[in-house]
Amino acid sequence: MMSNIMRESHIMKIHYLTALIAVGFVIIHIMVRVTQGFANSLEFESVIANYKSIPYAIVLEAMLILISVHGFNGLRIILLELKQGNAYENAVTYGCLVAMIALIAYGSRTIIMASMGMVEA
Amino acid sequence: MTKDGALPKGFERPSSLPSQEKYEKVKSSSKTTTLRISKFNPESDSTSTFSEFKVYYQRWTTVLDAILEVKSNYDHSIGVRYSCRQATCGSCGMIINGKPRLACFTKISELDSDLVTVEPMNNFPIIRDLAVGFERLIATHKRIKPYIIRDDSEVTSETKEFLQSPEDVEKYIQFAGCIKCGLCNSACPTMATDSSFVGPQALAQAYRYVADNRDKGKDERLKIIDEPHGIWRCHFAGSCSQVCPKGVDPAMGIQLLRGYLLGYRK
Amino acid sequence: MEKDRKEGIKGMANPGRYGIERVAYWLMRITGLGLLFYFIGHIYETSNLLDGKAAWNSMLELTQTTEGHIFLTLVIGMCVFHTGNGIRLMIGQAGFGLGKPSRADYPYTPKSLNMKGKLCIYVSIGLAALAMMYGLGVMYDV
Repeated sequence: MMSNIMRESHIMKIHYLTALIAVGFVIIHIMVRVTQGFANSLEFESVIANYKSIPYAIVLEAMLILISVHGFNGLRIILLELKQGNAYENAVTYGCLVAMIALIAYGSRTIIMASMGMVEA
Repeated sequence: MTKDGALPKGFERPSSLPSQEKYEKVKSSSKTTTLRISKFNPESDSTSTFSEFKVYYQRWTTVLDAILEVKSNYDHSIGVRYSCRQATCGSCGMIINGKPRLACFTKISELDSDLVTVEPMNNFPIIRDLAVGFERLIATHKRIKPYIIRDDSEVTSETKEFLQSPEDVEKYIQFAGCIKCGLCNSACPTMATDSSFVGPQALAQAYRYVADNRDKGKDERLKIIDEPHGIWRCHFAGSCSQVCPKGVDPAMGIQLLRGYLLGYRK
Repeated sequence: MEKDRKEGIKGMANPGRYGIERVAYWLMRITGLGLLFYFIGHIYETSNLLDGKAAWNSMLELTQTTEGHIFLTLVIGMCVFHTGNGIRLMIGQAGFGLGKPSRADYPYTPKSLNMKGKLCIYVSIGLAALAMMYGLGVMYDV
């Protein structure tokens, strides 16, 4: 069980920390969209240009990791409260962990490939 | 006695009750309400049902008074737990009009309703009608070691009593007022779904002992509650403190206790 | 009847009966789940970038609609409430702003459920509403 690997207090400290840091990055992300003009910021070329900017790509990657960790831990907490039992709790914990890693991997793929210009014409 | 207060033919009025004249006088100056009592016998019923009774009440009549009036005169089989009738023993906790309350501490007049529905507390197994089982509450309470933990003792010939200043006592006395009524556990949204959750009552009592400067078992208790179904499943919904009849404010105790685990308090 | 006789999801998900703090708990759960599902959809939606301009534009046609804008407005509201209330919870759960323990006396009003906390909840809801209005304004170029 997750609690065998990590104490619940450590998991919750991570939960709080990711929330606080993610707020800062989300504000940056929204500010970039708003200052570029909402309609312009969604143009294909504009988005690609954003991804090619390394600092912005780092912001996106950080947001992806922080929000995934916070979100899936939150889902784990809700699911653990709904039903109890060793098998179920292990399934929920490891399921959320796997889903979190999968989402981070999928999102990172987009960020890395777009920032390297590996986009179809 | 029939439901409107008249005696069946051939019966004498019991001497324990006021005279018929006095009863009629009280009746005429009282208001009435409908008391709806949940009935369930686990040995014979598959689901609970409700029985309704018309009761007369004065400004000071409590829900417990009304239930006992019904039990005396209309339905002797109602199962209800009560004792002190002054919000000290914690026996008469039940759901009154949707909210966990002590029946002896809730006046019918303050409910401001023509219908008073009483049901057994949520998140507790029913023994009979309004009486519920407290095994889980007692088990979680015992789990957090609700006693002073220290190596020495104040009852030997060489030692003196452990002294505390009024300021030291003030830090935990609020939480020592817990009467184990279980209303907080009934109101808690986590207790509604999580069978393994320790519960606000036990967590508040854990803080009561951690905050007591005579106690040396802080680390032991923090280890017990630092688990997936321990203190971290409290989300500060505050319902426990809303319903506590003794001002224990379990939510405050739990958040203060969390401060130790988060490193804000030593 | 079940051993613990738990109230179940009906009890957990009921925001009424216990004051604004219970409503905030319920909203926190709803917004958290809503934001997680939006986030997953957003990650998938932005991955269309890698398939080229045509794929990106066809994705935009799906999302830059009235329904898409209303949905995004709701997401903005959820995000602002979840952040504001989350900060209130983090401060409260650290033990700050709860009042000092003292001997309880009639009418036994709980100190931890004080005006400071309630105000933070109302401010979070207010800010969420303002953010939603601003977001709508930006999306419709007002």
